[in-house]
Amino acid sequence: MANPSAVCNGHLHHHHHQKQNNLLKSGIYKKNGITKGTKKNGISNGTLYKKKFVEHFEQAPMYVAVFTFLGFGVGTIFGYLRDFMRAWGLEKRNVATEREQQKDFVPLYQDFENFYTRNLYMRIRDNWNRPICSVPGPQFDLMERVTDDYNWTFRFTGRIIKNVINMGSYNYLGFAETDVNALKTVTVELQKYGTGICSTRQEMGTLDKHVELEKLVAKFLGVEDAMVFGMGFATNSMNIPALVGKGCLILSDELNHTSLVLGARLSGATIRIFKHNNIQSLENLLRDAIIYGQPRSRRAWRKIIILVEGIYSMEGSIVRLPEIVSLKKKYKAYLYLDEAHSIGAVGATGRGVVEYFGMSPDDVDVLMGTFTKSFGAAGGYIAGKKDLVDFLRTHSHSAVYATSMCPPVAEQIIRAMKCVMGLDGTTQGLQRVRQLGKNTRYFRRRLHEMGFIIYGNDDSPVVPLLLYMPGKIGAFARRMLEKNIGVVVVGFPATPITESRARFCVSAAHTREMLDTVLNALDELGDFLHLKYSRYSKSSHPELYEETRLELED
Amino acid sequence: MDIKSMKNYLYWLYCQFELITCSYLMEPWEKLLFYTFNVTMLVMVLYTAYIFVPVHISTAFQFFLHLLGNQHENTVSVVK
Repeated sequence: MANPSAVCNGHLHHHHHQKQNNLLKSGIYKKNGITKGTKKNGISNGTLYKKKFVEHFEQAPMYVAVFTFLGFGVGTIFGYLRDFMRAWGLEKRNVATEREQQKDFVPLYQDFENFYTRNLYMRIRDNWNRPICSVPGPQFDLMERVTDDYNWTFRFTGRIIKNVINMGSYNYLGFAETDVNALKTVTVELQKYGTGICSTRQEMGTLDKHVELEKLVAKFLGVEDAMVFGMGFATNSMNIPALVGKGCLILSDELNHTSLVLGARLSGATIRIFKHNNIQSLENLLRDAIIYGQPRSRRAWRKIIILVEGIYSMEGSIVRLPEIVSLKKKYKAYLYLDEAHSIGAVGATGRGVVEYFGMSPDDVDVLMGTFTKSFGAAGGYIAGKKDLVDFLRTHSHSAVYATSMCPPVAEQIIRAMKCVMGLDGTTQGLQRVRQLGKNTRYFRRRLHEMGFIIYGNDDSPVVPLLLYMPGKIGAFARRMLEKNIGVVVVGFPATPITESRARFCVSAAHTREMLDTVLNALDELGDFLHLKYSRYSKSSHPELYEETRLELED
Repeated sequence: MDIKSMKNYLYWLYCQFELITCSYLMEPWEKLLFYTFNVTMLVMVLYTAYIFVPVHISTAFQFFLHLLGNQHENTVSVVK
């Protein structure tokens, strides 16, 4: 609806009346602007969500769970057998042990706790910590390594596997690049400032680059002020203790990242966990907190803060932000949103989940994010009202003790952010955001059609593909590498024990051909390893029928 | 062609067995141990079935005949 008080050819009031009369005549709009009819996509005006929110968390058939437990059972039995042989000297021990003189002391290395690491993880360890030797763009080069003693030690053959398609790096907008033109400003800053800061923010480590970056981040997010830190993990773990303390309540999502959990535990506040993305659970906790207060003294909580993430990296699910904001306003709690994976990756112009849901950044009290994922750099930020950021500048552990961000990295973030915002004069940033959206939707749609079980929201660029059985984790990663595709597989303890998965990170730098190569490889591998458990698959391989069979009937 | 596709199918089934029971991850001597154990168990089950199943089936057959017809061979005497 156009601004009703716009001046039109100098006839201000006349235009205003006419417009109103027209609208009232057509009967669609009431006087205060609420539409009667439904908006597009069947979402009426009363709901909080402006577009469809589709998430999948399909359960596999029962036999899959049975086989998974069977696999773990066999692995455990053989683990006990190997431990027995190691304890009785029938086999060489490769793990750390105490010296002979210290055998009677209290044990330094708790043997049983590492049972899983020793007996299951070691067997498939060659799929992790693979050293790469190029920039982690859409393709990278891998150093080949072999093992002679079943993954206890590795040695490099010296060969380099070239152009492995990268489906594991958090390179959402494709800013991890070595193009000389793109990195021109970064090289200039490198030559001007060098690489080391050698100081903390509060001493002599605040450069004009940091001030410029913070102003840019605040403008990008649409908030009053921002502060940047050198490390993303440290941003969470060092700043949450500055914001909350004893006598405060933290309500944290079940599947929050370790940095949030560590920050919450370090703060000394009481922590209560609500079920993942479950608003009922959160509301119950809030009501209990307000009604009953602190555990023994029954006093009111000093602060109640809700910790959520924008996109959860193991599930690919997006937070239900509109509902959480309405809950927070109703019960007067604070909201801390960790947009590590969602900044730059979702939203029409890449400004994160706040823009994705069409909300205002004033609704969220503390906006936190990292520059590692979408901006091809390192570090994190906290943004919000000016009072909050000024408080953090003096009270955060990171500001007092941690070295500040180094200037070339700050310049990389500045140039990437300017590109996304369009301030460098091109539409390249917007194109990247759109390309990421297209790639995400294409990749997810094709995987659903093929019949794999995929978790998460349809718009999230993190795509977890469920593998379930421990034997398939190793087989999947090795065979994908043979086909020249690098994937990240995750098992226990990062995921629940029965739900091991392969996690793909779609990037704006992936071309359609690369995605098709990956999808064809996945199709083949899915048939060979029998991974297509989904019961809701649409047509796989819509065959192109050639209409050469004409049945002529007499 | 049929033999080839049959062999491929059997190979695929063997791969599935390896993946599901984690024998894909085992070292060769562990695999030997595991397969020996499995094959021994299977052979014992089959041998037991071979010995006892005919006897069980004939006993069950007689039981059901007795239940339904109530005509035991011994009760019917041929009087000459």
